[in-house]
Amino acid sequence: MSLKKIHKEQPETFEFNNKNMEAANKIVSNYPNGKQQSAVMALLYIAQRQNDNWIPLQAMKYIAKFLDMPYIKVYEVATFYSMYNLSPVGKYFFQVCTTTPCMLRGAYDLVKVCKKKISEKENELSENGKISWMEVECLGACVNAPMMQVNEDYYEDLNDKKLEEIIETIYQNKTPKPGSYSGRINAEPVNNRKTLLGNKNA
Amino acid sequence: MLKDEDRIFQNLYNDSGADIESAKLRNDWSGTKEILEKGREWIINEVKSSELRGRGGAGFPTGLKWSFAPKEVGSRPHYLVINADESEPGTCKDRDIIRFEPHKLIEGCLIASYAVNAHKCYIYIRGEYFNEGQKLQTAIDEAYKNNLIGKNALNSGWDLDIYIHYGAGAYICGEETALLESLEGKKGQPRLKPPFPALIGLYGCPTIINNVETVAAVPTILRRGAKWFSSLGRPKNTGTKIYCISGNVNNPCNVEEEMGIPLKELIETHAGGVVGGWENLKAVIPGGSSMPMLPKEICDNMKMDFDACVEHNTGLGTAGIVVINKDQDIIKCMARIARFYKHESCGQCTPCREGSGWMWRMLERMAAGEATPEEVDMLFDVTKQIEGHTICAFGEGSSWPVQGLIRHFKDEILERNKFDPVVKKKKNIPYLVDQHLLEKENA
Repeated sequence: MSLKKIHKEQPETFEFNNKNMEAANKIVSNYPNGKQQSAVMALLYIAQRQNDNWIPLQAMKYIAKFLDMPYIKVYEVATFYSMYNLSPVGKYFFQVCTTTPCMLRGAYDLVKVCKKKISEKENELSENGKISWMEVECLGACVNAPMMQVNEDYYEDLNDKKLEEIIETIYQNKTPKPGSYSGRINAEPVNNRKTLLGNKNA
Repeated sequence: MLKDEDRIFQNLYNDSGADIESAKLRNDWSGTKEILEKGREWIINEVKSSELRGRGGAGFPTGLKWSFAPKEVGSRPHYLVINADESEPGTCKDRDIIRFEPHKLIEGCLIASYAVNAHKCYIYIRGEYFNEGQKLQTAIDEAYKNNLIGKNALNSGWDLDIYIHYGAGAYICGEETALLESLEGKKGQPRLKPPFPALIGLYGCPTIINNVETVAAVPTILRRGAKWFSSLGRPKNTGTKIYCISGNVNNPCNVEEEMGIPLKELIETHAGGVVGGWENLKAVIPGGSSMPMLPKEICDNMKMDFDACVEHNTGLGTAGIVVINKDQDIIKCMARIARFYKHESCGQCTPCREGSGWMWRMLERMAAGEATPEEVDMLFDVTKQIEGHTICAFGEGSSWPVQGLIRHFKDEILERNKFDPVVKKKKNIPYLVDQHLLEKENA
């Protein structure tokens, strides 16, 4: 799995806020009695969202106590899965897919734009501190390639110009619209649809 | 071309909305209670005779899998787990089912859980599909509200609870036993089989694991009859399948088609043809990145179903078709896939953990023309050392695509790689240097 760096400056304490505490308890109740360890992935994700999109070590300790499991097991999970950020990322976290189906359609042009407009290296904040970016493996939207994920939203059918526009929009303190950027609807073939036309025209 | 009325996923492009009212207009949830009343045996036999094969990659007969669940519930409860951890490069069919046809999936869950005696169903969805998961949750809430699932679902006397479990970005969790480990809150590292999950699975209890597309197809099959389903395609490869066509085509898309449709027809009709014309085709990966690629000569007359793919030393896998044309560097494409596998190896078995990185580094050098001709055979040997020597099928998944490249494009690799270290003794020989030190000077 990918290399994970633990952030050097760690907060002293971590606790779920009231809303997240409620959500956490609800998730734990989804699993059978005594199997609360199953909730660890969801709880780590909640902690990540509460803490500006990264997980401090204190949060892992807190979750370990919360679920009555060894801290090292939580640490193992947090370092195994690639979606957990163990050091801070930008408020807008760009994950550009560069696996082969996206690469064939020009994902590395997007990487070039990121290098130019955000930061030279991956996982570094842009000058105004708003965005950081990284290359990731397949995000499962291959027919809408090239694409990227920003926080929870997918941005599909991109090219270098459209990505530059997205970055500019963010720099102007606006949130860009997620979805396809070529104007197509979901995963249908553009201007070439031959199936389910009855439903389309209904 | 398949007739529109024979397509199972009528809302694949979201023409009419995913909510329950629209879903009911598409015949979802009609006659579900009657199906349940016909009993377990009937459901399993009907699925068996429809010859539905799992759509998640391995193509295991679904009815047979369900019949492995113990007939009587013993001291341990049964579980149904839906594998929605779709991460195979080239595949994005489950995403559209979850987004636009969630009620087919939920109805399928009810029928499947009844057939295998499970009162709890977990849907393991990949963490990146957060928005899709929210949509599925909305649909589940709708279903609870309408008493379609929950206590005494549909007044059939059957209780079913469905929960969503989000993954967190690990390809290996699509492997069924790794998925179970992950569901139990551990690292996603596959388990040894046997024991098979049907007997000892989630929390040590009997567990049936199915792909999203498989389960979502079941209600329609039972409504329209196994005969209808098995009349499509050919024996042992029946029914319809969602094909995802990506890469160098004019109109990349998802489309549901009959099994056994010719590859050329699929690409030309639905995806608008290869960029630069059919003659510009270099190779096609037929079933997601872990299946060996095929050169144009085979693609000309290739049919897309499980057995036809096996005849050509490849597999239908998840039917994620990646089209590569002649403008691309085929070795570089494969090096990128090898990098994917290096990144996603869980690290449990040594051949895979070390071998996947080894293959990636060799392929990167071959793409740059820095390898010796002998190394091509060495690379093939490495793939053979990985294949079959690992706990799960990831070893095959990572080595087969490389084997496919060498099988069909060996000449091209040899032509580019004529590096001879003996003659050019003084030259910096890349493969004698630790790759990770290359960035530092004087390494």
